[in-house]
Amino acid sequence: MSLPVRIATLLVAFAAVVVGAAFIVIHYFLESPPTVSFNASGGVTNVVLQEDPQNNSSSKPDWVSYFVQNPATKQWVHTTLFSVPRGTTVHVTILGYDGCTPPRNNFWSLVQGTTDGHVNLSIVNNKGVATPMRRVSVINGWAGCTVGHTFAIPALHLFVPVASPGPLDSANNLCGVSPCTSGPHAVETFSFRVPNYGAIFRWQCFVPCGGGFLDGNGGPMQTIGYMTGNMEVRA
Amino acid sequence: MATPEAPAASAQAGPNHGMRIFLIWLPLAVIADLLIWFFLYPHLPPGRMSSSAQHQQFDIAVLAVCAAPVLLFVWVYAAYALITWRHREGDEEDGPPIFGNTKIQATWIGATAVIVLGLFVFGTVELIVPAGAGAGEGPAPIWKPNSASPLQVQVIGQQWAFTYRYPQFGGMESSELLLPDNRWVEFHVTSLDVIHSFWAYQLGVKADANPGVDNVAYTKPQELGTFRVQCNELCGLWHGAMYNWGHVVTPGAFQTWASAMRLRQANDGILAELPPYATTYDPTVIPQLGASIVKIDGITGGAGYYYPPQDPVTP
Repeated sequence: MSLPVRIATLLVAFAAVVVGAAFIVIHYFLESPPTVSFNASGGVTNVVLQEDPQNNSSSKPDWVSYFVQNPATKQWVHTTLFSVPRGTTVHVTILGYDGCTPPRNNFWSLVQGTTDGHVNLSIVNNKGVATPMRRVSVINGWAGCTVGHTFAIPALHLFVPVASPGPLDSANNLCGVSPCTSGPHAVETFSFRVPNYGAIFRWQCFVPCGGGFLDGNGGPMQTIGYMTGNMEVRA
Repeated sequence: MATPEAPAASAQAGPNHGMRIFLIWLPLAVIADLLIWFFLYPHLPPGRMSSSAQHQQFDIAVLAVCAAPVLLFVWVYAAYALITWRHREGDEEDGPPIFGNTKIQATWIGATAVIVLGLFVFGTVELIVPAGAGAGEGPAPIWKPNSASPLQVQVIGQQWAFTYRYPQFGGMESSELLLPDNRWVEFHVTSLDVIHSFWAYQLGVKADANPGVDNVAYTKPQELGTFRVQCNELCGLWHGAMYNWGHVVTPGAFQTWASAMRLRQANDGILAELPPYATTYDPTVIPQLGASIVKIDGITGGAGYYYPPQDPVTP
């Protein structure tokens, strides 16, 4: 092999290593789900989320996942990062499309940290018929097929069980394409206050819903963009 | 060229270096120990918020008082050697041969033995006296406080939060840790999933939270205020965020809070839905639910089982 060919081969190999390293850094360390920004109106910030039994990613399509609705376009964004203005009341609507899973600790069935200690809940069945909205302080995940996931911001002492569709719908009729726009689901609303200073608060699900992982706590439970994320309170 | 006898003769005629070093070191050591004891000691971690924290602060102060003279001796000797025995211009002579010194060796061995054995005895006594020194002693503690009615608080670790159950208040559970002032507390630390570690820093309490294990630790709060609780065992993505704040309040305020929490949870119905208080929990058992939901949905993971590999999308 001539000297120019050997030099060229060496340069190509070096370039390949550099490109590979850059790809790893960008893909695994710097790539992050998008952040959806919400603005307040009259001191109230409306945040709309949904949780699905699957997601629309190409790499982990079978993981359970939250979605955040872009307030401007009303499009569902596959992320768990969102930001809200400081010092406002955040009014959350969660559409629970995933089936039921009992929490490991039934203490998480208790609504905690909302402005009135309650959530408003309605269940929509497979035929699109919704139960009347009712105000509840407990959604007992051990008494039956009632709880799908939770939405919790521990630093704000906010712990909210998110209801699931009923047992038969959970077993047979769950939405199969994400982001879900039809199918049986729960509609749950609640409000909480965010502090009057800028900060980032992690939020997570406390139901061990990482299917296929040890104790259900791996995979989507430990991956930002699926069942855990950050709420940024903008200064 | 110098003969072997020459350096010895000159050394004998020279100054008493050992006495010089001792006289430099002694006042420095006394000053350092006085500064540590009277000025640094009150500010040493973890403070004096509880009996165990106070003992730990005392232990650290004693260790610092013992260590400072040793450290200063090394520094003084090194500085003295650098100055006194440094290489001088035109001096090509070898140093005097050293054949050992029985008196110095015996002093060194004796002093270090006294320090190490003394600290061993001191450490053992300090571990016993404050009822386990705030560390987890397992389900059958050897050292217990002399108290007829300690407040029992169960610490439950789970990814990624601690919750607390108060069996003397109907088994009510809270995401906040409140403790009364001036009363012994008996922590029962356990976990529902992986290994965590309950570390109430200002209380001087640190006990591993292992699934299926009841790890008992004691302390007695003796100051009102706020303390930080954090996990001290790497437990997953949000390990670093697994912390919150506990509060030591007056006995009256604690009684009011605990009674109100119990009443609220009874009214909400969640108190009846929690499992009966036990020192550990088997998360694979959900008594109220029975097997029906598993038959309906094939759900296993939420109940604590391993998810079957052929069923990766459930639930």
